[in-house]
Amino acid sequence: MIAASDYEFLRRFLKTRSGLVLSDDKQYLLESRLDPVMQKAGIADMARLVLALRDGFKPGLADAVVDAMTTNESLFFRDKNPFELLSSLVLPELLQRRAPGQTVRIWCAAASTGQEPYSIAMLLRENERLLGGRRVEIVATDISSEVLARAEEGIYNQFEVQRGLPVNYLLRYFAKTGDMWQISQEIRSMVRFSRLNLLQPFNHLGTFDIVFCRNVLIYFDAPTKSDVLARISGVLAKDGYLFLGGAETVLGLSLDFVAGSKRGYYVRKPAA
Amino acid sequence: MKTVLVVDDSGVVRKVARRMLEGWLFRVEEAENGESALARCDLAMPDGILLDWNMPVMTGPEFLAQLRRRADGARPKVVFCTTLNDVHHISQALAAGADEYIMKPFDEDILREKLVEVGLLDDIEQ
Repeated sequence: MIAASDYEFLRRFLKTRSGLVLSDDKQYLLESRLDPVMQKAGIADMARLVLALRDGFKPGLADAVVDAMTTNESLFFRDKNPFELLSSLVLPELLQRRAPGQTVRIWCAAASTGQEPYSIAMLLRENERLLGGRRVEIVATDISSEVLARAEEGIYNQFEVQRGLPVNYLLRYFAKTGDMWQISQEIRSMVRFSRLNLLQPFNHLGTFDIVFCRNVLIYFDAPTKSDVLARISGVLAKDGYLFLGGAETVLGLSLDFVAGSKRGYYVRKPAA
Repeated sequence: MKTVLVVDDSGVVRKVARRMLEGWLFRVEEAENGESALARCDLAMPDGILLDWNMPVMTGPEFLAQLRRRADGARPKVVFCTTLNDVHHISQALAAGADEYIMKPFDEDILREKLVEVGLLDDIEQ
């Protein structure tokens, strides 16, 4: 059981640290996610966890709590539609406006365990002719250093490589090591991972042609969503593209974007 | 309504697969080896086939080879579903004309994703 005051503390803590908004009834989620963290840190119960977070004496504990609450299961080619749009519409359109020799930059803003950036990398390999020798840089960020370490290794279990990944891609881009499957060095080398909290500035990442910010805004409250979208607009090329999750929208949150010609992506609002 | 034929010598696996498939509104047929699966296909060609590898009487690969030689045998989407989980077996299955491959154990998510992959189910954004 979590005391109401402890629940309130954790809610505020998570909101400030990660933007994650917990509704009133997420006690069960909190307990199931934080139980392993407490065990690892030798903390007996929720009240002591909250005390430890308040003093800040245990290094790494705050990050571990944020990691545990913000890590969500991911799958390859999640929802399929964004990736179909990317290869059939967005890339061909964008590349017409990018001279050969220019680098195309793609950002995955909530990369989790790497399935999304690697799906994009595999898609680019499959559509190499489309690129006409243009270089592509994929930057993948996430708030959790733990999932990023996993993502960089590119090692997935048998369940993970069967979620969304066509078996042809498994054969072409993965090697089996014991019970696990590792994505090839060639695909891994196409993605650069780094840690980033979306609540903090990200101008230093540079300008992007395409931004994937999928299934992360849903955890934020409306002002935080608006703020993140405004700052994404600040790092997106004038003729760039934004992909959000299936249940996410810019409606009522940002005037910088308008829906693309097909459902599933957004472009910058044309200057008046 | 689309029909999926579940070919597996384990009654438990057939039952589990049936429950999932019926949940997505497929009509489900069962066969316990390749030979009775072929007999079913000759009566009425299903839209999809979930196919085990090792079975008595006729194995999955033997069934698939004969199926693909039938007049309308190219039509069903064939998804292997087996505990054999190495690159060699997967390549062999695809070369023999399988459309997808599931490594057991599988769950509802995996089966659904694979059926979407071969076009038997529509993708629902989640």
